[in-house]
Amino acid sequence: MSQAALSRQDRASALSALRRRKLVAFLFVAPLLAFLLFAFVAPIASMLLRSVYEPTVANLIPDTLEKMDQWDGRDMPPAAVMNQFALDLKRLAGDRTSGRLAGEVNRVLPGSSSVIQSTARQVRQVEDSELLSRGSDVLQQANGRWADVEIWRSIQRTGQAYSINQFLTALDLQKNPLDGSIEARDGPKIYVDLYTKTLRIALLITLLTIALGYPLSYFLAGLPDKTANLLIVFVLLPFWTSLLVRTTSWIALLQTNGVVNSFLIGIGLINEPFKMLYTEFATIIAMTHILLPFMILPLYSVMRGIDPSYFRAAMSMGAKPIPAFWRIYLPMSLPGLSAGALLVFIISVGYYITPALVGGTDGQMISNLIAFHMQQSNNWGLAAALGSILLAVILLLYWTYDRFVGTKSLSFG
Amino acid sequence: MKKLSTVLTGAALSVALMGAAHANSLTVVSFGGAYGAAQERHMIAPFVKETGTQILFEDYSGGIAEIKAQVESGNILWDAVDIEVIDLERACAEGLLEVIPRDILPAGDDGTPAMKDFIPAALENECGVGVIVWTIIYAYNNDTIGANKPQTIADLFDTKTFPGKRAFRKRPQVNMEWALIADGVEPSKVYEVLATDEGQRRAFAKLDTIKNDIVWFDSWSQAPQLLNDGGAAMVQSANGRIFSAIQEDKRPFTMVWDSHVYDLDVWSIVKGSTKKDLALEFIKFATQSKPLAGMADVAYGPTRVSSNVYVDQSVVPDLPTSHIEKGVKADGIFWADFGESLGEKFNEWLLK
Repeated sequence: MSQAALSRQDRASALSALRRRKLVAFLFVAPLLAFLLFAFVAPIASMLLRSVYEPTVANLIPDTLEKMDQWDGRDMPPAAVMNQFALDLKRLAGDRTSGRLAGEVNRVLPGSSSVIQSTARQVRQVEDSELLSRGSDVLQQANGRWADVEIWRSIQRTGQAYSINQFLTALDLQKNPLDGSIEARDGPKIYVDLYTKTLRIALLITLLTIALGYPLSYFLAGLPDKTANLLIVFVLLPFWTSLLVRTTSWIALLQTNGVVNSFLIGIGLINEPFKMLYTEFATIIAMTHILLPFMILPLYSVMRGIDPSYFRAAMSMGAKPIPAFWRIYLPMSLPGLSAGALLVFIISVGYYITPALVGGTDGQMISNLIAFHMQQSNNWGLAAALGSILLAVILLLYWTYDRFVGTKSLSFG
Repeated sequence: MKKLSTVLTGAALSVALMGAAHANSLTVVSFGGAYGAAQERHMIAPFVKETGTQILFEDYSGGIAEIKAQVESGNILWDAVDIEVIDLERACAEGLLEVIPRDILPAGDDGTPAMKDFIPAALENECGVGVIVWTIIYAYNNDTIGANKPQTIADLFDTKTFPGKRAFRKRPQVNMEWALIADGVEPSKVYEVLATDEGQRRAFAKLDTIKNDIVWFDSWSQAPQLLNDGGAAMVQSANGRIFSAIQEDKRPFTMVWDSHVYDLDVWSIVKGSTKKDLALEFIKFATQSKPLAGMADVAYGPTRVSSNVYVDQSVVPDLPTSHIEKGVKADGIFWADFGESLGEKFNEWLLK
């Protein structure tokens, strides 16, 4: 009825007003969106791409790889492939890019870098026509390893611009070169264990922050405003202190001749200092301290909003304190608890600096290995694959959480 | 990817704008500490004085990751870099460094042409010009070592006779070599053995025997510090760091020269540097006889024969070049081949 009462003109003007409002609203958030696009979406997209896309070898020796298409990888490749490769290698040696090919192939077959490099230096002196006719002999004379099918398989494997090999490595798997089936990796198997360890440490830290933060928030929420505000400053104070300062002060506390050990020896409790620094224990205790405010703040703000009369009502109706807490108070504080737990867990899964500084070798988490591949081994593809898996694990956990607890119940205060 | 590079370019632009104020300035990167101070004294300061060029002298802790990041993003912040030969082979092969023409290098002060004056290893790789011969030794603190004094690499791995923590640099290089030598492998055969799976297992098994007594560090500057504050009884170190702790800070340290692993450092130029010509000028200047001799201040050997006359005779016994027969030459080609795979295995071993 009311719709019929609106003329077409009314509708049009209402719609255009709506559009204008939407446009204005969009303009308000546009800077934020642009920022997110550049600082968040683009890097993640680039990481995902890098984990499956490595075109270096495909760009360096396209002709060889094209001829390799026909080869099944079982026996030695046909002479035409080897001749073409010898020719390509000569060209690469000329533009000083043979090292990039050597670096990539070496990643799959350690030891092949020097084979490719020394051969590249030798084929530079050979005529193109000779390489085309008997390049395979030239290669095998230059270095015996060219007679080994393994190096050719490695070249073929690195020649795939798109591949899931980095993901397989990141999961301690490999593709069987002969039948293409997926199997456990020959080389070091560290990543799956490290993911499990990372999740275990993150879970432990979350539980510890709950154990410390929940009673404290409960206590704070019951205080008069003035005292509570004063005490909450003490929670916030370390929050405003630099992360590095807090981490290094843990080094001073935990080291062999540090505060804790000197104290324990001083009061005669122990004779030999404990080894606490550079262990998993140090990682856990320092991170619990650092992440505690992330638990307390949402809990506190939710608990402030809980009317204490509910709890009193339950008690006056004959509930014992523990069941009353369990059935009345806890469910009402759950939004703050789950928000805090989610925050602490997700932050600690990707934590880098604290484990790097106080964790030694057994307190390392997956982020430290990602940093290792970025900074030291220069295997950016593997670092990207490890990061993508970490992202997927967190999304999966978040999805599970949403499924069973529901993100609507989250309250950050 | 395009977008990412746009962002990076944007970030680079702001840095570049800041840098534009020093259009005539050169960024030189080296290892800092006592070594950096010697370079500042004998290479940077005289060059600045003579040419009026501004030099930003920065520190890094080695490796090729930062150079690679700069070259790949096209955002070159460094011009001349002091790089270890153990990393040079790979950096040059991957096209991260400029080729340095040999004909620009001046003759030695005694007139010997550059090609004859430099020791051969200093000019072996076309991307670098040798600065120093340095070496990795281990050292102990006289005050804390006790009555038994360690003398060999085998002693370093013998925690029964020589108790206490050992501080090693957290990378496979040198640790693998020493583990094999301690296990009885001939120093000259080390790299041959290490190239086999069997040899690698053997090295890790030997390292396993002292794993709980090892303190790991990342930067050479931590080595004398660990020895000084009692963090370790014996430390692996670049010889110059211990030398300057003994000479300048009067620390009671002793160096052990058995099977030291010596290597060269070279000056190199990051590929795509906009100040390549200026960087070449700097390298020409810094690798003359006299500036090179100045590196002996921290007991690093000069790479030119003609520098020897300028070296203070009292330092000579502490130069790596005086102990060459006891040493092992670090094999850059071996580490280009196996650096990554051993790095991964080393990590696995550390986490086990």
